[in-house]
Amino acid sequence: MSNNILDINNLRIALNGDEDKQVVKGLNLSIEVGQTMCLVGESGSGKSLSALATMGLLPSVLSPIAGSIELKGEELLGAAPARMRALRATGVSMIFQEPMTALNPVVRVGQQIEEVLEFHSNLSKSERRKRVLEMMEHVHLPDIEKMYRSFPHQLSGGQRQRIMIAMALVMRPQLLIADEPTTALDVTTQAQILKLIRELREEQGAAVLFITHDMGVVSEIADDVTVLKLGEVMETQKVEALLRNPQTEYTRGLLRSVPSQVPRMARELGSQEIVLGTDNLCKTYGGKGFIKKSREVKAAQDISIKLMKGRTLGIVGESGSGKSTVARCIMRLVDPTSGSITIGGKDIANLSQKELKPERKNFQIVFQDPMRSLNPRIEVGQSIIEGPLNFGVPYNEAMDRARELLELVGLPGSAVDRFPHQFSGGQRQRIAIARALAMDPDVLVADEAVSALDVSVQAQVLELLAELQERLGLGILFITHDLGVAAQICDEVIVMQRGQIVEYGPAAQVLGEPQQDYTKALIAAAPGKHWDFANFRPFSEAP
Amino acid sequence: MTQPTPTVAPRDHISAFKRARMIATSSPVVFVASIILMLVVLSAIFAPWIVPHDPIRLSPAVRLKPPSDVYWLGTDAYGRDLLSRIILGGRVSLVVGVASAIFAVAVGLGLGLLAGYIRWLDAVLMRMVDGLMAIPSILLAIAIVSLWGASLWTVLVAITIPEVPRVVRLVRSLVLSAREEPYVEAAIAAGTSTARIMRRHLVPNTIAPLIIQGTYICASAILTEAILSFLGAGINPETPTWGNIMAEGRVYFQINPGIVMWPGLVVSVTILSINLLGDAVRDALDPRMAKRGIER
Repeated sequence: MSNNILDINNLRIALNGDEDKQVVKGLNLSIEVGQTMCLVGESGSGKSLSALATMGLLPSVLSPIAGSIELKGEELLGAAPARMRALRATGVSMIFQEPMTALNPVVRVGQQIEEVLEFHSNLSKSERRKRVLEMMEHVHLPDIEKMYRSFPHQLSGGQRQRIMIAMALVMRPQLLIADEPTTALDVTTQAQILKLIRELREEQGAAVLFITHDMGVVSEIADDVTVLKLGEVMETQKVEALLRNPQTEYTRGLLRSVPSQVPRMARELGSQEIVLGTDNLCKTYGGKGFIKKSREVKAAQDISIKLMKGRTLGIVGESGSGKSTVARCIMRLVDPTSGSITIGGKDIANLSQKELKPERKNFQIVFQDPMRSLNPRIEVGQSIIEGPLNFGVPYNEAMDRARELLELVGLPGSAVDRFPHQFSGGQRQRIAIARALAMDPDVLVADEAVSALDVSVQAQVLELLAELQERLGLGILFITHDLGVAAQICDEVIVMQRGQIVEYGPAAQVLGEPQQDYTKALIAAAPGKHWDFANFRPFSEAP
Repeated sequence: MTQPTPTVAPRDHISAFKRARMIATSSPVVFVASIILMLVVLSAIFAPWIVPHDPIRLSPAVRLKPPSDVYWLGTDAYGRDLLSRIILGGRVSLVVGVASAIFAVAVGLGLGLLAGYIRWLDAVLMRMVDGLMAIPSILLAIAIVSLWGASLWTVLVAITIPEVPRVVRLVRSLVLSAREEPYVEAAIAAGTSTARIMRRHLVPNTIAPLIIQGTYICASAILTEAILSFLGAGINPETPTWGNIMAEGRVYFQINPGIVMWPGLVVSVTILSINLLGDAVRDALDPRMAKRGIER
């Protein structure tokens, strides 16, 4: 008998059972005991659907039309619902991307893990509890007695994901499916969760099917890798072989798009003109109250930055570090508590919304989520010309400019009368950039502007930003959690933690030779830091 | 730049008429409801021309007759034809229903936008709304009518005011979630005025829920008007309304129960039809439905 835990043969999944609408086209995959197979692909590649098919959880409009999925020789496709129910948790279990929504918010986490045992084992109540606590200890949760009684919202993102892992592994399944389990987590937490999954795999002898879009994560955790593109397998290889010697152009492109962790050198300082400066900018939430003061949260403290014309200043940090608060203060979407913000030589921190209006055209913002940053009910052209119209540009002139701008960002000018849902995520982000540029701003604030995009699209958008910056002399304030992205496009970098600036300097210095412990820890936690993906070799072998 | 030629999906558009027809034929029940409603509305509009007898003229000779070939639904205590009175009564009921729905939605939309977008106004407005909601709507309506005297206008106002708070709350909650959307923030960053942000970005988000809420208000207003008339706090008894007819028939219930039952049946069926249609509109406008439509 073979040593394979999971064997997927020629799996085809189609929409409404229609042969012509296949979303997974002939997937072959097998995982041995104790191995991790990474399924890699961009959005729409069918990687999550393959996992859901294995769990028997496909949405009803999708169905497998051919092939087989065997778990230890047992066919899962077409298995009776009762058998599938029994197999989930005992044979195969799954963890998801967003642990907050995967856990029931009104049930204590300990009970949620125990529930699995209740359905799948004959243990008594006290034995169950003991087993749950053991499992929680296993996933390295602190203070497990207290954790057991906690609700999901009382835990951090990493802790919640640990609970999910404990829940998935409590019945010792032979196969663990992890669908982007670290995508929603900070890098340091991500590193811990990856370590935990590796550890448990060895300890429990389970096979892992790990779904991700992140080549860095792949290099950290995979034994074998399968690359998917639009439902088709591009290649399957051992991880080392794949990273060194990818067989297909698609994989090569994917690897080349991965932003390298090695910072580029700062560009020649062209102009000394400061387009954006803040001085001791602070934002405090709370601290007010009629009878009792509410708790104060210092979201940003003493932030002093300088952005020159034509340069890119990056702010990196984990969630809750205050980097977005700084961006929102600068955009005056929230009012700063104290400090000054100078744009175009004028302090805008204390202007009223009315006084601010004429200044607005000097600074514009691009948001993270391309789905929500355009009003779904109005044509994109109307979105783009909204700002110019506010400043008295005649309609026809603004519309002509909108067409030009769309072409500038690589879309047909005729797309002005289309609605946002008719564009892909990357296209929408281009439109959002066009909208920001319609005002001819001096400063562009990009708040995680590429974080929601696939890596190849991300590379294109970054390229576009760089090109526009070159041409228009924009100062870009780039907010990101991704050190690789920051390393590739920033001249200067600020590292923030808990609302404060930890380190501030040229990108090459901050990311290359960090001085502060926190920066060092961040860089150390970044997945795939040893690999120079774009050149298909580890950094240690670089000439 | 190296990138694939952008392919952009073509425009899609469904006309309002097509959409209305899609809703009306979405299920047999909704179809029947639409037909009934259409009959009620048409007969109310053309009432003076289609009534078989004069609904106002008293004919003591034929009082309290049971249904017959001449008087299909019988006559009331003054010998007036019941069917004619019900048809004419539908005018007032429908006008009250539609008008209070429109007024309540308009006022509620304005107040809700202010409460949702202007933070300092929010607390003030919402406490007033809470206060208003604490008073039973029938009681409030009776109080208003007895304060100003009964006429079509006072009845309209009396029915509309208690409906406003619910609309304000609905609009406020929609605005609160919509104003956090990045596209609204992008509009703020582009220097768009508050009034324009409301008109362009916030109001469209409230339209679908408001249409649905409007149908429910319409149904509830027709019922409230009938109740007010029945209690004698409604429109002048000379004007036939469904409530008035029932109120007058109450005394003669044992002699001719039809005077109460027929208008009652018409009220029930009309309200049921409006509510069913409201549900169908809700299903059609549900964002999840719309999304499915796009994917198709």
